[in-house]
Amino acid sequence: MSLLVHSVGPACTMQDLGRPGFLDQGLSRSGAADQLALYEGAALLGQNPGCASLEMAGMGGVFEATQNIWIALTGAPMFASIDDNPVVWNASHPLLKGQQLTIGAVQQGNYGYLHVGGGFTTNRFLGSRSAHLTADIGEAVKVGDKLRCNPVTGDAAVKLHTANRFTGGTLRVVPSFQTPLFDKTILDRFARTEFERGARANRMGMQLDSEGEGFSAKGQLNILSEVITPGDIQMTGSGNPFILLPECQTTGGYPRIATVIPCDLPRAAQTPTGAKVQFEFVSLDEALILQGAYLTELSKLPSRVEPLIRDPYDIPDLLSYQLISGMVSANE
Amino acid sequence: MTQKPLVPQVRTVGIDGILVTFADKMSEDANRAALALRSEIENLNWNGVEETSTSLASTYIRIDTAKVTHADISNLLRQVLDARDWHNAPLPSGRKLWRVPTVYGTDLAPQLDETAKVAGFTPEEAIARLSRTRVRVLTIGFAPGQPYLGPLEPEFDIPRLKDLTPMVPEGALVLAISQLVLFSGPKPTGWRHVGQTAFRCFRPEAKKSFALNPGDEMLFEPITKEQLIEIQSKNSDGSGGAICEDIDT
Repeated sequence: MSLLVHSVGPACTMQDLGRPGFLDQGLSRSGAADQLALYEGAALLGQNPGCASLEMAGMGGVFEATQNIWIALTGAPMFASIDDNPVVWNASHPLLKGQQLTIGAVQQGNYGYLHVGGGFTTNRFLGSRSAHLTADIGEAVKVGDKLRCNPVTGDAAVKLHTANRFTGGTLRVVPSFQTPLFDKTILDRFARTEFERGARANRMGMQLDSEGEGFSAKGQLNILSEVITPGDIQMTGSGNPFILLPECQTTGGYPRIATVIPCDLPRAAQTPTGAKVQFEFVSLDEALILQGAYLTELSKLPSRVEPLIRDPYDIPDLLSYQLISGMVSANE
Repeated sequence: MTQKPLVPQVRTVGIDGILVTFADKMSEDANRAALALRSEIENLNWNGVEETSTSLASTYIRIDTAKVTHADISNLLRQVLDARDWHNAPLPSGRKLWRVPTVYGTDLAPQLDETAKVAGFTPEEAIARLSRTRVRVLTIGFAPGQPYLGPLEPEFDIPRLKDLTPMVPEGALVLAISQLVLFSGPKPTGWRHVGQTAFRCFRPEAKKSFALNPGDEMLFEPITKEQLIEIQSKNSDGSGGAICEDIDT
């Protein structure tokens, strides 16, 4: 069975936790830009966070199930409805055969996620279903696609409360091996500066703008090309920082001033154009404690889901429900 | 002129990476050291090591920080680094030599003549020198499976172009800074297009998706344009007529 794609935004791709292990072949790991959203979707559907989901950048689409399935919606909140009835974000819902799921524009953040029960079962390449468009792996989802999935259904709709990570804010960073290429005055100014997310952004990386002069390393143009890790903050020739994301190159000659720690990467990737970002240096030991706490939180997500109770006012077709069937006579 | 090699520098990459750097410039011995150390670490199979790779002059190790600490790995690494002079280590075993049929110049590789001129050779001499130089896969990057190859003779230490060539095809052999790159897909480049092959470095449809490994060696042997067209007509495996041999060590 499959999910039919009747319309779709220009930057929707299948993503899972990615394809680590191929740096030696020049292939970055790819995977969801906001991996926390995958864990949330998995918690809502009671399944493995390694399941593949549809990542929707900025805009969703119109989808129809060929059999009864369950879905969950996480990540950047988007307007969503099933057959014109609005549905709650950060929740799971049944999607019956023939019903149309419409996911519109993003309200906050960048990347929304559509999960299905059992995960999408599109083709794997090197152990992952993640598209990596800059490496010519997979392709953007397009109108007419039939996204393979399983007829896995649930028994009760659930929701999950999430903290806002969709409007920028403070990103914790660790010094990395090229940080000493920057003078202390530059590093201090970097940590004090309020940046604004620029217009140039995709799954490779996002540009940050700031007032005043750029942030240049010593001998900026003569640095031997060296390994890149996602979250690295690369300084281009103009001294503008770029936060590198899951489809970044595996090596690069531009110096990197610091690295956003993994637990703050969802917030980084979800920062919308124009939102403000600041960086806070933490030590490697502090970062490892923060990351450990984050991993513990991820493991607790399944226990934090709660029943989704529909408010009767939100049910436009209330009268069609057989509210009194099965009742016995008042006289008996 | 010999430069005293650097004591290997050990630094962190993000929260889960360790980088051992043998030189701050590309050099044959630093690259060999990086390849040899990576091979040694792969063989030692330490608990908590998730991935290793090499760049031009460094070895990278990614660890699972839930299983091991940086201190654990740094201590093990220090013992391995102190155990030998890595700049004089032999290259790892199990490497391959690839002989790849290559058209130098013609309209297929239009920047051969100017490259020869900048290097101070006639086109014929440049072809002779390039085609007999056995180059090593120094590292793979920029695009999946795409090798940086070298070192070439010092005459070929020529700068990158200021203006990008809008597009070179897959299999293009391009040159700058005493290195070659064999392009794995059609891409723009600031390197000079000196040869054209039908060799596909990245074969996503094949069982073995990546043709090359760091440390492999390549020879680009001259053929005519007609011969390349013939090879391209029956190139379903992507090998481009290349012959692969084991390197005995």
